[in-house]
Amino acid sequence: MADDQQIVLEKPAPGEIIAPGYTFGTITDQIASVVLTKRTPLFWFAAFGLGGALLMLFLMAVTVLMAKGVGVWGIRTPVMWGFAITNFVWWIGIGHAGTLISAILLLLNQRWRNSINRFAEAMTLFAVACAGMFPLLHMGRPWLFYWMLPYPNTMAIEPQFRSPLVWDVFAVSTYATVSLLFWFVGLMPDLATLRDRTKNPIGRTIYGILAMGWRGSAHHWSIYETASLLLAGLATPLVLSVHTVVSFDFTIAIVPGWHSTFFPPYFVAGAIYSGFAMVLALAIPLRSVYGLQGLITDKHLDNCGKIMLGTGWIVAYAYLLELFAAWYGGNTYEQAAFWHRMTGPYAIQYWSLVACNILLLQILWFKKVRSSPTLLFLSSIVVLAGMWLERYMIIVSSLAQDFVPSSWGIFQGTRWDWATYLGTIGLFLFLFFLFVRALPMISIFEVRTLLPQAKVQKEAKS
Amino acid sequence: MSDHGIYGVMAEFDSPSALVKATVAARAKGYRKLDAYTPFPIEELTEALHLHKNRLPLIVLAGGILGGLTGFFLQYGIAVLYFPINIAGRPLNSWPSFIIITFELTILLASLSAVLGMLALCGLPMPYHPVFNVARFSAASRNRFFLCIESKDPLFDAAGAREFLGTLEPKEVSEVAH
Repeated sequence: MADDQQIVLEKPAPGEIIAPGYTFGTITDQIASVVLTKRTPLFWFAAFGLGGALLMLFLMAVTVLMAKGVGVWGIRTPVMWGFAITNFVWWIGIGHAGTLISAILLLLNQRWRNSINRFAEAMTLFAVACAGMFPLLHMGRPWLFYWMLPYPNTMAIEPQFRSPLVWDVFAVSTYATVSLLFWFVGLMPDLATLRDRTKNPIGRTIYGILAMGWRGSAHHWSIYETASLLLAGLATPLVLSVHTVVSFDFTIAIVPGWHSTFFPPYFVAGAIYSGFAMVLALAIPLRSVYGLQGLITDKHLDNCGKIMLGTGWIVAYAYLLELFAAWYGGNTYEQAAFWHRMTGPYAIQYWSLVACNILLLQILWFKKVRSSPTLLFLSSIVVLAGMWLERYMIIVSSLAQDFVPSSWGIFQGTRWDWATYLGTIGLFLFLFFLFVRALPMISIFEVRTLLPQAKVQKEAKS
Repeated sequence: MSDHGIYGVMAEFDSPSALVKATVAARAKGYRKLDAYTPFPIEELTEALHLHKNRLPLIVLAGGILGGLTGFFLQYGIAVLYFPINIAGRPLNSWPSFIIITFELTILLASLSAVLGMLALCGLPMPYHPVFNVARFSAASRNRFFLCIESKDPLFDAAGAREFLGTLEPKEVSEVAH
């Protein structure tokens, strides 16, 4: 195999999704070497260490929460949702980009997705794990979480299936399960590659068990491809339904500022918007640390930037429509809710989210910005912050000032609110960098299909 | 099994085109118990091997229908039969609010049957398979393409298959021990 041991790379031409000069062998070696090497870059230790430290903070925050109860958070009547539900919606939204890339772009035959789908799906899984923490912890007695599920019990109580909160349990747990299945199915051929490439006997055993004896048989590939397409077809309506159901948590309630029919598309667009911001925030450092610019090219970043611009505009439209509907609907409470958002105690958050999500977004119109990884990275961080503020606004400001002024109250996050939130960022980083170290972060077999030599020549077919 | 004492004869190629060409030639020669091993899915290979449509879509459909029925009747059973609560005379079988969980369980069971069905149809997990006895087979998950004529084939005889594969310009031909 000396013929293709060397990775000879030129800079990919603009608009190309893979650098010229790659062979099946060099692609395999480059992606697998991130996992199979003994040398771990310092960046990995730094990121993993930060994740680990914040994870410790999370464990501490959870311990305090368990010992003292949810009162350590800032949630007080009337704002009982506070940070917990804000973070839940934010994290679930981030996960959506992974499924969009892996399922919807697969069905749309967007081949550039092949080099970013794996870590985006991993991002989905870990984001959903972080999201799941918040409703569980918010229950106050997380150890009784199974009361949310319908199971035969001696208490003669069952979940109320007409409640969006119960729909959420089913939507999020189905989403987590299907994302895990899709991710694992995608990993199987690559696990077989690692099994065949690793020199470590323990590694070979573990990868071997996980690869389940995958041998790349043509019979298997044909069934495998059917399974991938079917899973993509199933995951597509699922991902759209998840944030729709999350938005039902709000729209089904009659609270002013929540009770509107356009929340589902508005939430889904916002989810994809923040999700692509997270994809960029992860891809840009990873590709420069691991020298993957030949696989995750500027074209990928450009495309992600365009999707952010598109979904960002849907979000901007939703903000405007929200105001218009409040004014045109003639409902005093609805009008007051939006007036409070813009001028009330949360005005700073409102105008910052407008600045983050709408105004700064406009720099993505410029090709120069979309082709500069640094600027894209910074704008993705701004969008992530902006989308968090959006969820905070929707939840907190509506609850803080509803119908009767005598029941109004102001919410302030406590340090334990912040510790829990930062802690889940730690959990996310911790899991994500474990994944980067132990599994191929780019789908090796799908990137092989991008090579020109993967095409079968015409005369061979008949 | 076979009286040949081996699993088959395997040839190694270094491009997808060479493999597809060889597969077409082997089919034309009359071999039917063939399998190819590749590092990524090759659509033309499925045609060249005349792989029939698989039954996975049917399994997934069945799983989806089962999931949908489970989802709906789980809720119907609890809200109407087991735990009916009369709230201002509203209907117990309020089916529009049952749609979401019905949908989620449809997707859940369909996806589970897609994955489990795929594994079952592939016969995975499989802890041992003879092709791994070929020393260079580990390259099948990297950059090499293999064609195996199995000894189950009625036309199979080891020397003939070796000779035939040798005419297809392979990198290497080897016998696959059981």
